[in-house]
Amino acid sequence: MNKLDTGAASTSSVPSGKKASRAASYWKRTGMLHVLLLPAVIIALIYGYTPMLGIVIAFQEYEPWLGIRNSPWVGLEHFEYLFNYPDSLQVIKNTLIISGMKIVFQLIVPVLFALLLTEIAKSWFKRAAQTLVYLPHFLSWVILGGIFVDILSIRGGLLNRFLAVLGIDPIFFLANGDWFRIVLVVSDVWKEFGFSTIIFLAAIVSIDPSLYEAAEIDGANRWKQVLHISLPSILPIIIVVGTLSLGRVLDAGFDQVFNLYNPLVYEKGDIIDTFVYRIGLLDAQFSFATAVGLFKSIVGFILIVISYRLAYKLANYRIF
Amino acid sequence: MRFRSPAYTVFSILNYTFIGILSICCVLPLIHIFAVSLSSKAAATANIVNFWPVGFTLDAYMQTLGNDKFLQALMIGIERTVLGTAISMTIVVMAAYSLSKSNDRFKGRNMYSWFFIFMMLFNGGLIPTYLVVSNTGLYDTIWALVIPNAVNVWNIILMLNFFRNLPAELEEAALIDGAGHLRTVFSIYIWVSMPAIATLSLFTMVIHWNSWFDGIIYLTSSDKYPLSSFLQTIVVQDNFAQTGVDPEKLEQISNRTVKASQIFIGALPILIVYPFLQKYFVKGIVIGSVKG
Repeated sequence: MNKLDTGAASTSSVPSGKKASRAASYWKRTGMLHVLLLPAVIIALIYGYTPMLGIVIAFQEYEPWLGIRNSPWVGLEHFEYLFNYPDSLQVIKNTLIISGMKIVFQLIVPVLFALLLTEIAKSWFKRAAQTLVYLPHFLSWVILGGIFVDILSIRGGLLNRFLAVLGIDPIFFLANGDWFRIVLVVSDVWKEFGFSTIIFLAAIVSIDPSLYEAAEIDGANRWKQVLHISLPSILPIIIVVGTLSLGRVLDAGFDQVFNLYNPLVYEKGDIIDTFVYRIGLLDAQFSFATAVGLFKSIVGFILIVISYRLAYKLANYRIF
Repeated sequence: MRFRSPAYTVFSILNYTFIGILSICCVLPLIHIFAVSLSSKAAATANIVNFWPVGFTLDAYMQTLGNDKFLQALMIGIERTVLGTAISMTIVVMAAYSLSKSNDRFKGRNMYSWFFIFMMLFNGGLIPTYLVVSNTGLYDTIWALVIPNAVNVWNIILMLNFFRNLPAELEEAALIDGAGHLRTVFSIYIWVSMPAIATLSLFTMVIHWNSWFDGIIYLTSSDKYPLSSFLQTIVVQDNFAQTGVDPEKLEQISNRTVKASQIFIGALPILIVYPFLQKYFVKGIVIGSVKG
């Protein structure tokens, strides 16, 4: 292999001395590999890593016309403010409640759906169902936001008309904070449960069929088989998916909330990301918004590391 | 059938019914909006449209497609999608080729890998990213929508796994024939990897078509918005003043049916590529979940 590699050539000057020649031949073999990585590295440095340095403005009173170099330093003032400002505490609370509910249901529903779908014997039916339930995953929250605002409207929205048939008074889903949270969780599960099912279906398919045969000979009915074979077999995957989603507990779904909320539900529906957007870009409080964002990033990073550790410990799962 | 007990038969009937209903529920909202878009103004305002158009008319689509601002946003949306996908895939393929080499053949590979993986785990957040994009001259240009997100680390991982599974003889033969890495990747690898490249391109296209937030924060006027951002301003912010619909005509066709038609046109490209996506994403997810 190595001999062949020397044929891979990019030109370089004739080296003098043994060390230089080794360096030159290394460059000859792999120089182009570095060059091929260059565009990705440059973009990552500018738009991935420079913003990480930019978080220093969380410790400043940043003013755009002064720049980072001349803006005054204020230490941890913004963080103190963050933990004393009632609005931001409410926002953190909302984020945890909304994304906590999402995590729970986004785990239960796909597992149940995968188990039920496995019981479908007609393969055309199964395929058709899969085609329909995977679809919403690919639609953006702009499209779905527009659709849901229409359907949930109090003035003759589809859902309220349906409730009227059942004799229930119209509900102002998008104006009442408690209903708004429910809408967020249900619509999120509606959009993603199908797609999340895929991984559990794959796990169920890979269960050794001889286990079921043996159970059947022992007289276990289908319910017992699901309870004692299917569920325990996919438990590691359930644990992995569950712990990994804990790492994203501070991401309550910016796109979704942003496209469904309005000032009437800020109190119970505002999450960290929408809050950062409003105070940062609309009110131009760059430093405070960055501090909130940094708080979220750090907690998020720690949670990801912990959840990967947990996933490894509990289910022997490693991503790298 | 493996299970013949009466209890299982009852369960089976219930199960088919339940899954059938649940599956249909996943597309009902879309069908509803489509029905509204094809209904007459009177029917839409009277709230009698469910899942079938009432008073069928194409007026809303005529209005939407006759709206220069909408068409312009549609074109920018397409431009952004094509440009963004081309740039991102070029960068992804080149990086994935280098990273697909083994550690002892390409010293420094590990360093690069961690460089990219760290970017996946940690980011500067909204405001610093916004400030960097603004300060690098991309502000208010279409480049702000296609350059900062061009390095898709997840696609790089999937692509490099694909490259690793290509037969080693392929590269050896190219090297014997005197081709360098550059020629190997551009005249051999990309041709034998077309299925993988097509798949990842499709997913990248969906991401670009659906992106709306970057347009709103980096572009100054709705004249420059791609379709998703444009729809966001009408549909969600309900900002009809910006959309160029003639107020007099609006009277005739109701803003609800026009909105519905715009939403449906926005979703249409996704619906068109969906069959192709479906063919691949199951495989992709399973590959992605296996340790790379």
